[in-house]
Amino acid sequence: MTLSEGKIGKTYVVEEVHVDGPVTRRLEALGVNEQTGIVIQNSKRNGALIIKVRGTRLALGRRIADHIQVREA
Amino acid sequence: MKTRTITVGFVGNPNCGKTTLFNAITGSSLKVANWPGVTVERVEGEASYRGDRIRIIDLPGIYSLTSYSIEERVTRKCVMSEEVDVLINVVDASSLERNLYLTMQLLELKKPVILALNMMDIVEERGMELDLHRLPEMLGGIPVVPVSARRRTGLDVLLHAVSHHYEEGPVKSVMRYSKGLEAKIGKLEAELLARYGEIPNRRWLAVKHLEMDEQVREQYPLSMPAVLDKSYEKQLINEKYDYIEEVVEECLFNKGEKEASTDKIDVWLTHRVWGVPIFLLIMAVVFFLTFTVGDFLKGYFEEGLAWFSDGVTAFLAEIGTAEWLISLIVDGIIAGVGGILTFLPNIFILFLALAFLEDSGYMARVAYVMDETMGRVGLSGKAFLPMVLGFGCTVPAVMATRALESERDRKKTILITPFMSCSARLPIYVLFSGIFFGKYAMAAAYSLYVLGVFTAIVVALAVHKITGDKEENALLIELPEYKTPNARTVAIYVWEKVKDYLTKAGTVIFLASIILWFLLNYGVTGPVEDVSLSFGASVGRFLTPLLLPAGLGLWQVAVALISGISAKEVVVSSFSVLFGISNINSAAGMAELSGALGNLGFGPVNAYALMVFCLLYTPCAATIATIRKETGSWIWTLKMMVFQLLFAWGMSVLVYQVGSLIF
Repeated sequence: MTLSEGKIGKTYVVEEVHVDGPVTRRLEALGVNEQTGIVIQNSKRNGALIIKVRGTRLALGRRIADHIQVREA
Repeated sequence: MKTRTITVGFVGNPNCGKTTLFNAITGSSLKVANWPGVTVERVEGEASYRGDRIRIIDLPGIYSLTSYSIEERVTRKCVMSEEVDVLINVVDASSLERNLYLTMQLLELKKPVILALNMMDIVEERGMELDLHRLPEMLGGIPVVPVSARRRTGLDVLLHAVSHHYEEGPVKSVMRYSKGLEAKIGKLEAELLARYGEIPNRRWLAVKHLEMDEQVREQYPLSMPAVLDKSYEKQLINEKYDYIEEVVEECLFNKGEKEASTDKIDVWLTHRVWGVPIFLLIMAVVFFLTFTVGDFLKGYFEEGLAWFSDGVTAFLAEIGTAEWLISLIVDGIIAGVGGILTFLPNIFILFLALAFLEDSGYMARVAYVMDETMGRVGLSGKAFLPMVLGFGCTVPAVMATRALESERDRKKTILITPFMSCSARLPIYVLFSGIFFGKYAMAAAYSLYVLGVFTAIVVALAVHKITGDKEENALLIELPEYKTPNARTVAIYVWEKVKDYLTKAGTVIFLASIILWFLLNYGVTGPVEDVSLSFGASVGRFLTPLLLPAGLGLWQVAVALISGISAKEVVVSSFSVLFGISNINSAAGMAELSGALGNLGFGPVNAYALMVFCLLYTPCAATIATIRKETGSWIWTLKMMVFQLLFAWGMSVLVYQVGSLIF
């Protein structure tokens, strides 16, 4: 499943990050790596998310969230 | 003892408190706020410690030593250069895990690094404990200094570490990668040595080669296809984070206990339905306060100005000053500059409110809340941050677009940011709404703010449709913890803005008023009694036919609008000088202007068309210069100016023609 399909309040584990261009590397530098745990805090109707990862909160647009493969923790 | 000069670079993640620390150490007053990306340029300052001169460079915050965005390139260039002797890695201790990633990269550079653990107060508040003995051990023995930039503690210890560590030299290797990677790094280091000799930090260069870093590959090309068969960046990042997890595991206790308050606030402020209405409500309150509290304070300023103006006139007459000089000083300078000063309370309240927004942590949320709206016009929510800053001043707003990842988004945002109504346009609304719209004055002024935002979004949509670009940009922004705005931070922020305003009154507006006075009091024949024979009138009359369909066909209006390009407040000061009104913002001054304009057939519809024109037309000279600098293109800048001028003309014609039919 992708992160976009996740539900608020649940924890997921990243399996793969594959966004176009430098965004993948930016995400990885921010700590969204394989096997990292992510909690979805909030979401918008257009698919933007607020996630908590490694103790920080990130807001992600749908086009990023769509390309993060996760599994339920 | 000889004075040494030690150059120190402040490096760290965005919003970890580098600039607060910089201000605390150097006594500077740079802008600080609670959202990532406030600092976009390097800034230098100085301190001294026990005879050492310490030159400090504050750098834009970065998450990684890569070079994708403008800020990253600025910071990386400085960090890599010879000019920096010691790096102070400022770290947000309350978010240690993520912050240490950059630290791991800095340690590979083999430059002296000092870790400044900022926000230790928050760590303690949350009931976390940090093992300050084990942490440096795991980071190659670098000095780790707990500081609080806000409370100004630990600063001397930090400077001591700088002067001490400077002599000690670089650190030893901290972490080792997995066997496969280390083998490759070894081979690359050997090859770098063979090809380029004893160059410093070969290990770092080897790692960057494995990451396929373009800059390093250009500077030190290697042809080792067997070793460099693909980018190992992902693996390198993952292994760094694996090590960081070990560090955090060993050094940080009771993490993630008390963080709930920010989450509780976010339930409402980032609510999927209420998020946008709450944002609009907050902005409405900001402007409500600006108009009401500002107007309340304004009275005192007006009394002061009237007293001053009368006093100066009497004094000048007393000492026998020539009449033309009295006129220049009283009708030109005091009317122009003084008139503008009476709007200071409104400006002050506006910036105070913006300072609260920026320092509370809400700004970054605005990017998330507005992401949906901005997505429809092909921009990410992040592009909305410069737009909100544009309510204050367009110049820093245009500079803030540097945080946007793609060049295309940046240009688009720069194009629409001037439509956000800046504080310099505020006096125009206060004055003309006050004169022509009576009890609906605030509604009239509000409507201009809404029109500005609306125009910005529609223009972005039009560009989006015309260029037909795919929506490829995506929101990615860190959301900081909420905090109570810091009194010192807010004070610095507001004072700097007030100072800018006063400086502008003393320079641009002062000069514009003098020039205008001359243009209005001299004509081809020399000094003129009848103002309609002056140079100003001639120039203005030349343009009136063009402005006539917009209901602005008065030469005085044309003159005011041209002068307004120097700074938008000058539109107001020009009216003071044009109609010889000494205290334009007072009830008497407004009545005088209202009467004068009324005699010329200038009514509420004309006034509204004028405000619309002022909102939308070519931004001030300072903004134009900034846009030229940020886009690097005069042609682009000129095209933008022509577009804004035509657009403003079209809109005010529309407003005037439709308005004249209705009223």
